[in-house]
Amino acid sequence: MSEPIFRAENVSKAYAGHVAIENISVTVPEGSIFGLLGPNGAGKTTFIRIINQITGPDTGTLWFNNEKLDQKHLQYIGYLPEERGLYKKMKVGEQALYLCQLKGLSKKDALQRLKYWFEKFEIQSWWNKRVEELSKGMAQKVQFIVTILHQPKLLILDEPFSGFDPINTNLIKSEILELKKNGTTIIFSTHNMGSVEELCDHIALINNAKVILDGEVSEVRNRFRTNTFDIDFKGSLMELSSSLGTYGELIERTSDQEKLGATVRLVNGATTNQLLGNMMRSVEVTGFTEVIPSMNDIFIEAVERYNRENLAV
Amino acid sequence: MNKIGLIIRREYMTRVRKKSFIIMTILGPVLMAALFIVPVWLAMNEEDEANILVIDDSFLFNERMTDTDKIHFHFPSDRIGLDSAKRQMIASENFDAVLYIHEKIMTSTAGIQLVYDKQPGINVIRYIENTLENDIEKWKLAKSGIDQATIEAAKTSVSLVTTKLDEVGSESKSNTELSMVIGMFSGILIYMFIFLYGVQVMRGVIEEKTSRIIEVIISSVKPFELMMGKIIGIALVGLTQFLLWTILSATLISGSKALVEQHFATEDPTTSIEQAMSTAQTLAPESEEAVAAELNQAAIEDIFANIEMINFPLILFSFLFYFLGGYLIYSALFAAVGSAVDNEADTQQFMLPITIPIIFSFVMAQVVINNPESPMSFWLSMIPFTSPIIMMVRIPFGVPAWELALSMLLLVIGFVATTWLAGRIYRTGILMYGKKISYKELWKWLRYH
Repeated sequence: MSEPIFRAENVSKAYAGHVAIENISVTVPEGSIFGLLGPNGAGKTTFIRIINQITGPDTGTLWFNNEKLDQKHLQYIGYLPEERGLYKKMKVGEQALYLCQLKGLSKKDALQRLKYWFEKFEIQSWWNKRVEELSKGMAQKVQFIVTILHQPKLLILDEPFSGFDPINTNLIKSEILELKKNGTTIIFSTHNMGSVEELCDHIALINNAKVILDGEVSEVRNRFRTNTFDIDFKGSLMELSSSLGTYGELIERTSDQEKLGATVRLVNGATTNQLLGNMMRSVEVTGFTEVIPSMNDIFIEAVERYNRENLAV
Repeated sequence: MNKIGLIIRREYMTRVRKKSFIIMTILGPVLMAALFIVPVWLAMNEEDEANILVIDDSFLFNERMTDTDKIHFHFPSDRIGLDSAKRQMIASENFDAVLYIHEKIMTSTAGIQLVYDKQPGINVIRYIENTLENDIEKWKLAKSGIDQATIEAAKTSVSLVTTKLDEVGSESKSNTELSMVIGMFSGILIYMFIFLYGVQVMRGVIEEKTSRIIEVIISSVKPFELMMGKIIGIALVGLTQFLLWTILSATLISGSKALVEQHFATEDPTTSIEQAMSTAQTLAPESEEAVAAELNQAAIEDIFANIEMINFPLILFSFLFYFLGGYLIYSALFAAVGSAVDNEADTQQFMLPITIPIIFSFVMAQVVINNPESPMSFWLSMIPFTSPIIMMVRIPFGVPAWELALSMLLLVIGFVATTWLAGRIYRTGILMYGKKISYKELWKWLRYH
């Protein structure tokens, strides 16, 4: 694992009696895409605001590049908030320039880079338009450019795809991967689990103010394996289910005209070979794959399990 | 350029380039002038013609009541009674009212009536009363053997030369009226400035909050920097507007003055303004007119002398100081209010505690101006929330240096304290959405660390 670019240790924050986040510790390796997941109201936004130093933590320490997180690090951080907005009456170009200068870019650099990006996204003609003349998606594109223009080392994207059509979603997705390739670390907060599987290397799942699950995506998915297998076979379902014996149990069957299928879970500590051996004696097995849980399943499973265990009275 | 500089620049540029700013800057002096001129002009033109039929049973006033441009007195050629005069008034369009003067007028002024079918203006009534009073007085005086010349000679006008003697013993002449005008005028300007631009600060904060750009900006700069940048930027907008107004007004005034002088010059080269002012005394004999003109000349010189006596550099300096200080202390509060609400309609409940001290000082200014050295005046000019207006009203009358210094110091302390408090509310408020905020909530925000 590469050096962490950002680390939070036991960070807590409460608002007037309501605990927003509690003892959050996460480590974001440099050059990775880190998924920050969690149900609505779990405390993600509070945590993101603490990273951006919009609010301070009550307790805990934050580290950026092995230095205590400080106001001077803000120029290395880019932030695209979930609730996006620009000055409606201001012209696009002028506004982009202003926001980039606030991040510490010189006017000359900002102009040069803005020109590059406006050309790349083919939006040069928007430069002198007022923001209120743009559509929502157009404004978001501008805001995405502004967020990454100062070439932040750490980029925080909160629901970056909301409001984009599929074409623009793909455009942004490929830009994110491009940024990653160039060494940018990205903290990515979303409810879209498909994009988490597609993009993220690491995740942390926050529920009810706490981190309830974190790690590398592949490792997390492994952790949630349930020894469940999809089987394609020829023969009769009756024979298959009786062949399972004490090794497995039938969870689901899927059959169409051409082929029969079933989902089976190993039980009583049996091995796949034991199960397969039994089955092969009764039916012709044409396919055998392990069911790896999707991030969506993991999300629901982890949150529900936590709530069952901790919130039940 | 540092970040607060960038914010100030944006706040300033976006406002100064607005059409509304340019229009207001041009129209401002014109509107101000109109504010003074229009009511006078309206009053002059609104006055209706009044035709009054006079039934004079005392035979004292026959043909002796002088008409004005709008008021005409008619004396019936035949003797008619009051009743027939009333009938005549109603029947004919020519008369609006009947003035009845009874025969015992010299002994009792009670029972003089004005009967009308069309309500006469207050000016008409006042004019009739004055004319009657003056004439009756003159006759009474004449009856006791005093002639017109004696009365004119006895007329006296006194205008005190008030001189302030300070502790060191040096004298400075003062002119109360002029001080009043200067004090009140600067008080009104500061009052307007606080309201106009304070509300702009509030609107700016609400705009950033509702457009949601706030979160992007405060991930680059501290909320306090954003708030101060906005306040300072808008202050500069105000100063620019004030400066442009001053220049425009000065041009306008000198231009119109030149126009008036030219007008007089072409109309009648011998008519000077002083003589125009003395037309009220045209009844006086020739020799006295010259004396009157001389007196007026002296009065005008006196006014100029008084103007020179007023410490203008001090007034200008204090004006700028209280102008900015008053704005800064209140705009911080306006910013806090803007941050606590989601839209302008919700500002009402928090606006009250801010507007009350401003309006209070404006109302008290009129009391202070009559008694600039009372203990109340002193205290109001020390409290930072009232001092910008009240101290400005007092300064033209002369304020001891230590009082001025103390008041300014307190204003600076007040500004720092208010801004600190407002900043604490602001940084929490700008991130709060969809919540009805109570005072209790604000108190909690103040105590967050």
